[in-house]
Amino acid sequence: MPTYVRTDKCDGCEGQDNAACMYICPHDLMRLDQDGSETGHAMKAYNQEPEQCWECYACVKICPQQAIECRHYADVVPLGASVQPLRGSDSIMWTIKFRNGTTKRFKFPIRTTPEGSADPYGGENRADLAEIADHNTLFTKGTHVFDKTQFTHR
Amino acid sequence: MSDYPFGNPEIVEEEIDILLIGGGMASCGAAFEVMKWVEAARADGVDLKVKLVDKAAVDRSGAVAMGLSAINTYVGENDPMDYVRYVRGDLMGITREDLVFDVGRHVDDSVHNFEKWGLPIWKQPGDEGKPLKDGGKPVRTGRWQIMINGESYKWIVAEAAKKALGSENIQERVFIVRLEVDRNDPTRVAAAAGFSVRENRLYVYKFKCCLLAAGGAVNVFRPRSVGEGTGRAWYPVWNAGSTYAMAAECGAELTLMENRFVPARFKDGYGPVGAWFLLFKAQAMNAFGEDYQKKNYEDLKTYGYDAYAVGPKMGTCLRNHLMMKELKEGRGPIFIDTPSAMARLAENMTPEEIRHLEAEAWEDFLDMTIGQCGVWAGENIEPDKQMSELMPTEPYLLGSHAGCAGIWCSGPEDVPGTPDHYHWGYNRMTTIKGLFTAGDGVGASGHKFSSGSFTEGRIAAKSMVKFALDNRDWKPEMARPVEAIVEEIYRPVRTFLAHKDYTTAIDVNPHYITPKMFQFRLQKVMDEYVAGVSTMYQTNAKMLEVAERKLEMLREDSLKMRAKDLHELLRAWENYHRLITAFAHMKHIQFREESRYPGYYYRADFMEIDDKNWKCFVNSTFDRHTGKWQLRRVPYVQLVIPANDEPEGISRPASPV
Ligand SMILES: Cc1cc2nc3c(=O)[nH]c(=O)nc-3n(C[C@H](O)[C@H](O)[C@H](O)COP(=O)(O)OP(=O)(O)OC[C@H]3O[C@@H](n4cnc5c(N)ncnc54)[C@H](O)[C@@H]3O)c2cc1C
Ligand code: SF4
Ligand code: SF4
Repeated sequence: MPTYVRTDKCDGCEGQDNAACMYICPHDLMRLDQDGSETGHAMKAYNQEPEQCWECYACVKICPQQAIECRHYADVVPLGASVQPLRGSDSIMWTIKFRNGTTKRFKFPIRTTPEGSADPYGGENRADLAEIADHNTLFTKGTHVFDKTQFTHR
Repeated sequence: MSDYPFGNPEIVEEEIDILLIGGGMASCGAAFEVMKWVEAARADGVDLKVKLVDKAAVDRSGAVAMGLSAINTYVGENDPMDYVRYVRGDLMGITREDLVFDVGRHVDDSVHNFEKWGLPIWKQPGDEGKPLKDGGKPVRTGRWQIMINGESYKWIVAEAAKKALGSENIQERVFIVRLEVDRNDPTRVAAAAGFSVRENRLYVYKFKCCLLAAGGAVNVFRPRSVGEGTGRAWYPVWNAGSTYAMAAECGAELTLMENRFVPARFKDGYGPVGAWFLLFKAQAMNAFGEDYQKKNYEDLKTYGYDAYAVGPKMGTCLRNHLMMKELKEGRGPIFIDTPSAMARLAENMTPEEIRHLEAEAWEDFLDMTIGQCGVWAGENIEPDKQMSELMPTEPYLLGSHAGCAGIWCSGPEDVPGTPDHYHWGYNRMTTIKGLFTAGDGVGASGHKFSSGSFTEGRIAAKSMVKFALDNRDWKPEMARPVEAIVEEIYRPVRTFLAHKDYTTAIDVNPHYITPKMFQFRLQKVMDEYVAGVSTMYQTNAKMLEVAERKLEMLREDSLKMRAKDLHELLRAWENYHRLITAFAHMKHIQFREESRYPGYYYRADFMEIDDKNWKCFVNSTFDRHTGKWQLRRVPYVQLVIPANDEPEGISRPASPV
């Protein structure tokens, strides 16, 4: 199910150095056609290797213009369906259209804290160098208690 | 942007103390743990510099890019010893129990942090809003798995990791090609070299130690989808075996590289089955509606596979084996009965609860295999109305999911009964000094999954700080000059520029091979001779001999790969890493003369599980100058006393070696 970019919606991320889709694709597939020489559409993005697309939707979710959609892979899936998300800061909304026209909508939470607020340490816990060789502790000291009698103790 | 031309990149050399290669779950865990110890060292007067490089963007890189619907390792109310027992049972008795235990004792703390950072974790009625840390009871799909709303799992974890490390210490879009050993000590790593896929720039990082956590290997075998759907692998198509290849090429010992994972998944979309089997209690059946697992159970006895099964409790590969028999004998397709499962669940539910149940079923896919929803929508399949097909996928190599290929690592010395050959140095260090690994990289200890990989990254990070402190006065020096490395990494570019005008068609040229065709050739060999889908996962000594000859020629031709742009240079080196990984896999299968993992692959010339001779690890080393592999058996030592309900194969002694 490779992604495609709609010519009527993509604005090339307003010519910024790093288009959002290009930035995020884990497989380096999205590419901005600066001058139109590659696609005939200047300053618009495209998927340069559709047959390598994992359908991870990272680019679809991040595009500020909702310009990216998926067309399920033509060698496997019958035409006419679509699966499209709208990702907000705390939830994601999915619209699934079946080939026969049936539509389903789902909304799921995606995080419980404001975006950007994850504080790795929360001001807690310092590491103590005296414990650096002690395998039974990481700096947070949340180790599970265990029963040493269950080892063979050769 | 650098102003250097395509064929002549800028060279950037940096010296740091600790390098993290990859930005996945393991490296994010390392980033989180490492900075606290760096802070402690700084208070002690030692300033350590840490850097992370990722070929992609940390926010969505690696196997969790899409999200996940479950955390598969959370010990909680269970005993970590039982976690070890479960893992060794699933991996057919041969496991580094010290490493598994080490993850088990620490993993919950990582999950508690994920929840604190904002990951929504499902709770049982009455416990909504109560964090796990404070005793909130999770919704479990199995003894070790808990359900989450995990669309943003990686995003959240990356956010914390990036803040811990500081964005100035993260370099994205740099693909690491190889590790360089030290000039004075060839058993020690000194540097890593790679290139930017955005600018004409080559990076050389010198360091005291590094974490190699670049994930598992996908697309080593010809996938079942070969047209536009080629990218629809189950494991992430971008993890190219870099971890195993780079480790092998710098001399690190690999272990259990014969192991692979062949998950049975929803056909074509490869959607997960875990929630369907465990949460919704769906049944699988053959074309005639028969429960083939029950029907074929006796068949496990033919080759002694029953020693690793107790009733329905058996290694995942054995469940595949039971399915494979149906497919081989023409009783496919295999169906999963989703309508009955949902109808049963709905019997005592209100319409509101039924709607919720349906949403949960879809969310399971939308959170981690969106493509499966595309298949369902395109084929008009509604799971409450129509059954779906199941199918075993093409093989993948990995060490963190339900597989255990990887690098041979030193374990923690505080686990009672640990033999000397399990512990020779720093925790999670490989046989190369200063080279550490975690997640998919660590061999012989699968079933870590996302939370365990993150945790193992933390374990490795802590011991890397110790290594860096113990070696504070040591200066890395590379065995080769930088120019030689540049020549090597940019060879595909030079090859292209030198020969591109020889023919009119850019892709067909006697002087080079495109990375894409190189990949196809590799996949053809692996599929047809090394137990891919086209032979129903079967091979034998003769087929492997043919494979070896063909792979050797492919290795020669790797010098003729071309790259017409930076994107293709990325593909060239990914495919080179796939080749070395494939080679290791083939050599290990060749060496182990038994079928330890039936359902994943069969040595048709040695169909038994042969505990007398092969209940041991198989380890290998590679000499990249001669191209020769060396293999050896390494004793398995059982550390955790078997429980009464474990299969008999588990309590059988290890082979003497
Ligand atoms: C479909 C699927 C379903 C899963 N389901 C679950 C589940 O339900 N629950 C669960 O807990 N776990 C699940 N897992 C497993 C989990 O995702 C992995 O165990 C975990 O991500 C492994 O961590 P890692 O750091 O080893 O690798 P990854 O997270 O894959 O990270 C690898 C990193 O290395 C980078 N990289 C690769 N090569 C290079 C290179 N040469 N140079 C620089 N960087 C490089 C990549 O960009 C990436 O950042 C699932 C995985 C998949 C694919
Ligand atoms: S993110 Fe969207 S708008 Fe920006 S370049 Fe990509 S497709 Fe165009
Ligand atoms: S869906 Fe994923 S793999 Fe495909 S182009 Fe978008 S980000 Fe890349």
